[in-house]
Amino acid sequence: MSGAAGPLKKTPLTDLFREMGARLVEFAGWEMPVQFSSVLEEHRAVRAAAGLFDVSHMGEIEVSGGGALALVQSLTCNDAARLAPGQAQYSALLTEQGTFVDDILVYRRERDEFLLVVNAGNTDKDFAWIGGRAARGDDVEVVNASARWALIALQGPRAAAILQGLASPRLDAIRPYHFAPGSVRGAVALLSRTGYTGEDGFEIYLQPDAAPDVFRALLEAGRPHAALPCGLGARDTLRLEARMLLYGNDIDDTTTVLEAGLGGIARLAKGDFVGREALVRQKERGVPRLLAGFEMIDRGIARHGYPVRIDGEAAGRVTSGSFAPTLKKNIGLAYVPSRHARPGTRLEVAIRERAAAAVVVPTPFYQRPR
Amino acid sequence: MSKGNGIYPEDLKYTKEHEWLALHGSVGTVGITHYAQSELGDIVYVELPAIGTAVVAGEEFGTVESVKAVSEIYAPASGEVLELNAALAQAPEIVNKDPYGEGWLVKIKLADAGDVQGLMSAEEYRKYVEEEAN
Repeated sequence: MSGAAGPLKKTPLTDLFREMGARLVEFAGWEMPVQFSSVLEEHRAVRAAAGLFDVSHMGEIEVSGGGALALVQSLTCNDAARLAPGQAQYSALLTEQGTFVDDILVYRRERDEFLLVVNAGNTDKDFAWIGGRAARGDDVEVVNASARWALIALQGPRAAAILQGLASPRLDAIRPYHFAPGSVRGAVALLSRTGYTGEDGFEIYLQPDAAPDVFRALLEAGRPHAALPCGLGARDTLRLEARMLLYGNDIDDTTTVLEAGLGGIARLAKGDFVGREALVRQKERGVPRLLAGFEMIDRGIARHGYPVRIDGEAAGRVTSGSFAPTLKKNIGLAYVPSRHARPGTRLEVAIRERAAAAVVVPTPFYQRPR
Repeated sequence: MSKGNGIYPEDLKYTKEHEWLALHGSVGTVGITHYAQSELGDIVYVELPAIGTAVVAGEEFGTVESVKAVSEIYAPASGEVLELNAALAQAPEIVNKDPYGEGWLVKIKLADAGDVQGLMSAEEYRKYVEEEAN
């Protein structure tokens, strides 16, 4: 718990969480709930019913003007031109080396108006990165609007049923990776059918003042459905089961999009963008390592940073590892030489002084029933 | 051997690393305290030494892991591991539910049953936890 200079930042919901008795911890300079009751109970609630998360620490960067699309296209690897207004996509800001500045969501609000949702710890860096590449005369405005948005995620199979009672418009008209302006309990909101748990659900963008009321109302409406308030602990186990990556653990400015197994968001044919050349080159020469999912065969939990060996040779390190509550197995992700990334490959994870056997498995580890 | 779920059972000795020791003649039962399990959260894995392993007072002899954290366990006294709580391999959550009873970790044949002077009484441990929590 270090690295943050000065006092921790609070979201509009931090005081409410203290009243509720949540366990608060430092995360990326923010004071955030790690758990309300139990990480396992919260995880199960999201898979079986619904969970309510505060993710107001996420950053929001607005890019608008006649040159907005061109700027977004030049700085992100997915193809933002394919987005209709009201649509969102998973994407990334890349360095010239094709490695991650950040992984982000790109929302197209209007033809010339984009909202980039970025990782909390990267907000300032991303804003400087984007602002620094918007040349004068490009007819584009870049604004760090993070303080103007609170963000509540309601995730799980019951999310739509719970939210619909308090929200307009009709939620069944909002498809996955789409969003719509609307209201929740009278408060102006953007309702986005997105999330970081592997379940159906919504991310609700609100004005900060409205957040405590909306959070309380959603908790109340969720109670008959067995919904629970959830912390960062459950968010991490949920996202890992769904193989959703965590910046700083699984990806950073030393790992490329292709190595991370995210080739699907690298639209090399869309035209030039920062990092494209490096990715084209890496594709031609072959991607040297891949982020592989594994499950432990021996007892023990692989954790971030533990060394991985294959056939007795150092092969990489665990980037994320945990007990997976839905699968009741110990799982993880690690970069391994590409030839060893196939399911069935045996790995050894060094857990303290012990070499524990693991095997590469297909990912995502968990996929929701549809 | 249930100790109930009292937060600071009177008949136990405590370490600064939040283990407890129950003495029965020359045999000591070891576990982690209610405070320790509560701080860790849901326990999902317990690693214990093999029977016959020599443990040394104040040194690590195993690991308790919650979903989010890895926590070493330190021996309250020196001796040799006599017995393990085998139930924890399949159901580590017992440590959360009953840390002073069914959730015990190991039994140790103590090298010197008189040598537990360095450990805290229930009252001392209660004060220690209250100070640490503040």
